[in-house]
Amino acid sequence: MTTQTLSYREALRAGIEQALVDDERVFLMGEDVGRYGGCYGVSKGLFERYGDKRIIDTPICEAGFVGVGVGAALGGMRPIIEVMTVNFSLLAMDQIVNSAATLRHMSGGQLNVPLVIRMACGAGLQLAAQHSHSWENFYAHIPGLKVLSPATHNDARHMLIQALADPDPVLIFEHVMLLNTNGEVSEQSDAAMEKAIVRKQGSDVSLLTYGGSLAKAMAAAEQLQAVNISAEVVDLRCLRPLDTKTLLASVKKTHRAIIIDEAWLTGSLAGEISAIIMEQAFWQLDAPVKRIATVEVPIPYPSHLEQAALPQVEQIVAAAKDIMVAH
Amino acid sequence: MNTENIEQLIIEAIQEVAPEIEQDDIDMDEDLREECDLDSMDFLNYLMALKQSTGISIVETDYSQVSTFNEMLSYLAKRLN
Amino acid sequence: MLEDITMPSLGADMTDGTLNEWLVKEGDKVDVGDIIAVLETQKGAIDMEVYSAGTITEILVAPVAKVSVGTVLARLALTDTSSQAPLKKERTETLTTELKTSDVTKEGISQEVNTQDTHSQHDNSQEAGVNILTAQVESVQAEAMQTSRVLASPIVRRLAKEQQLDLAGIKGSGPQGAILLADLNAFLANDEHENISKTASSEQNMRQAIAAAMAKSKQEIPHFYISLAIDISAAQQWLQRHNKNKSPDERVLLLALLLKALAKSLLKYPQLNGFYQDASLPSSVFQGDVSQGEGFKQASAIHIGNVISLRQGGLLVPAIHDVDKLSVQEIMESLRDITQRSRTGHLRTSELTDASITVTNMGERGADSVFGVIYPPQVAILGFGKNKKELILANDKVTEVDKITACLSADHRVIDGMIAAKFLNYLSKQLQQPERL
Repeated sequence: MTTQTLSYREALRAGIEQALVDDERVFLMGEDVGRYGGCYGVSKGLFERYGDKRIIDTPICEAGFVGVGVGAALGGMRPIIEVMTVNFSLLAMDQIVNSAATLRHMSGGQLNVPLVIRMACGAGLQLAAQHSHSWENFYAHIPGLKVLSPATHNDARHMLIQALADPDPVLIFEHVMLLNTNGEVSEQSDAAMEKAIVRKQGSDVSLLTYGGSLAKAMAAAEQLQAVNISAEVVDLRCLRPLDTKTLLASVKKTHRAIIIDEAWLTGSLAGEISAIIMEQAFWQLDAPVKRIATVEVPIPYPSHLEQAALPQVEQIVAAAKDIMVAH
Repeated sequence: MNTENIEQLIIEAIQEVAPEIEQDDIDMDEDLREECDLDSMDFLNYLMALKQSTGISIVETDYSQVSTFNEMLSYLAKRLN
Repeated sequence: MLEDITMPSLGADMTDGTLNEWLVKEGDKVDVGDIIAVLETQKGAIDMEVYSAGTITEILVAPVAKVSVGTVLARLALTDTSSQAPLKKERTETLTTELKTSDVTKEGISQEVNTQDTHSQHDNSQEAGVNILTAQVESVQAEAMQTSRVLASPIVRRLAKEQQLDLAGIKGSGPQGAILLADLNAFLANDEHENISKTASSEQNMRQAIAAAMAKSKQEIPHFYISLAIDISAAQQWLQRHNKNKSPDERVLLLALLLKALAKSLLKYPQLNGFYQDASLPSSVFQGDVSQGEGFKQASAIHIGNVISLRQGGLLVPAIHDVDKLSVQEIMESLRDITQRSRTGHLRTSELTDASITVTNMGERGADSVFGVIYPPQVAILGFGKNKKELILANDKVTEVDKITACLSADHRVIDGMIAAKFLNYLSKQLQQPERL
């Protein structure tokens, strides 16, 4: 199988392009996706190649164009709605939660909303309090939605196609700090979109994470190897539904778990996963489950404060050392 | 659940209260309480262990139907399948 | 002020005991009721409790050592209870409020970090903020729960149970001495897994202890015996109704009703609930209400000892405390608990020493009646036989009833036949109205 090295944004773009080519019902819609080439350059060149009927620029009205996406999906199309960042999705919450997520239920199964919404998320670019959110947990809370978090380049390339094949709404969260990074992309996806994947095998502690934090967990695992702590890293990939089978299998193997989550600690997915581990793997635990999350402050603007608020590799390493003695 | 699985669960439940008992020690058609020297507290604990492992709560009025190992086996088999 | 912790006497006839293991070390803070050591006596492995709060200042005897009853094993610096305990509680409550209001400002965070003993290994404020909730929860738990049980991680508990290992014999290296997987593995690798209460020599010791107590009892106590067949039809019906829709862990056995009825009867006939003090008994056997001279000493509470047969032979007689204050359900739970702990060797010293009367239930084993031997310094023992169906004539009709025979053995130095008979009748009456127990 051939692989190439692409940047994360190039991988996303390749996925969108494949979708446009394979299925004429697919179109991309959002702010600045067409003529500007996408606020983060993800759709650069697509407008020129596929025209204004497939790549559609919208006014600044999230509620409006997400609603249009719902309508188009109901009408038989396969829209990819790009909400510039998850922060702006607040304005479209009603469309996402009360229309996209709920119409299938409310219509007794008669209506499907095969909508894909892509959103940039996460902190690290000094975009400050209103533009640095990690709200995977908000959406993972909603029945009727699926929530994906491609942390690797290969997932960035292939998850979109998998999402479009789903007859129900799927949200894809793309961490801004990954956009410029390079990684391997192959011809196939690593796994079905609902599966979590063990990215590194280990036996002493399970590091469970997703999205922008995966790279930090992997780096921590390498550092821990040097002090003889064998960390297993699990990339959750799909946040709703959670692949509890894979994550519990890991915890049952290592008996210790640390969850790394870039969202704020309270009400985070880390809390949900911790509860699941408690409920279903309690008798396997040799130490309490630990969570590493973002400090509960609006994300600061100055770089050193921003970094101080976010989970860091050193914290993961320290937590793993502590958990080995149940502290 | 097949017979072997259920047998295993019953033995495990017995061993919760009488750890020294092995399946070979038991006459399957004799009163289990006598075979394994279980008093009423032991019997309750044995039922609790079975409830934990099979989900089945055996009511007092059914006690007479589960006196022997084999009787317990068929009682559970009926309800687990 | 320093207090001596001594090898306790666990029975009138016990002269020495073996210190097997310390669960605390010099400098440890302890609370009333904490288990501080594992002893081996003729009755098997016992968890030794400490009866005062304070700090262990000196350990004077190293395990494993056999010493006489009364030997000082360690010293305790008593806490000034007026200032220490409430302070702890206050801090716990403050912490809990903090957590609830989740007022996690940066100033709040660093303040709390300074007052708590967090285990973080790096000091940048980010880690303090992020892990603060975890640390606070840990500290609250540590403060609020000075438990007296062996601490072990869930997986250790499960494995130990599966392998029938006694956790009390394993050293823990985790927080608060908790046993972790590594500790369990080290223990198993060490080949030292004698489950203390199962060795042949312990059983022999137990036999000797029983022999000594029973011999002494028969030599010194003038027993008399009186029995009454009690109609327990009403009690059985009550049990059937009660247990009907309950899962096995909520069902009540007849013994729980019998114990409650006994406790009520002892409130009316306290002459059977106490101790006969003679010059030869050490005063430690009487908790506090010691006065000079021989004769009957009223027990201050109703603690009923229950004879529990061990599967491999031998018996233990742990007490359920304050039975008159417990509901039937609570008595049932206590019965379950002490039966379990008798078998795993985890009874507490207080449970083995302070029964004020004993019950032996031989009905299960098929005996019609049992005339027990009184456990000195108690003055009575009540035995119950098996359930028998009888036909009786009542209101000109023949009806079937369930009966068990209750036999009271009593010390004739302090109890007369008439009191004993009235007591049994009162007991019988209580069992006719089980819903009022």
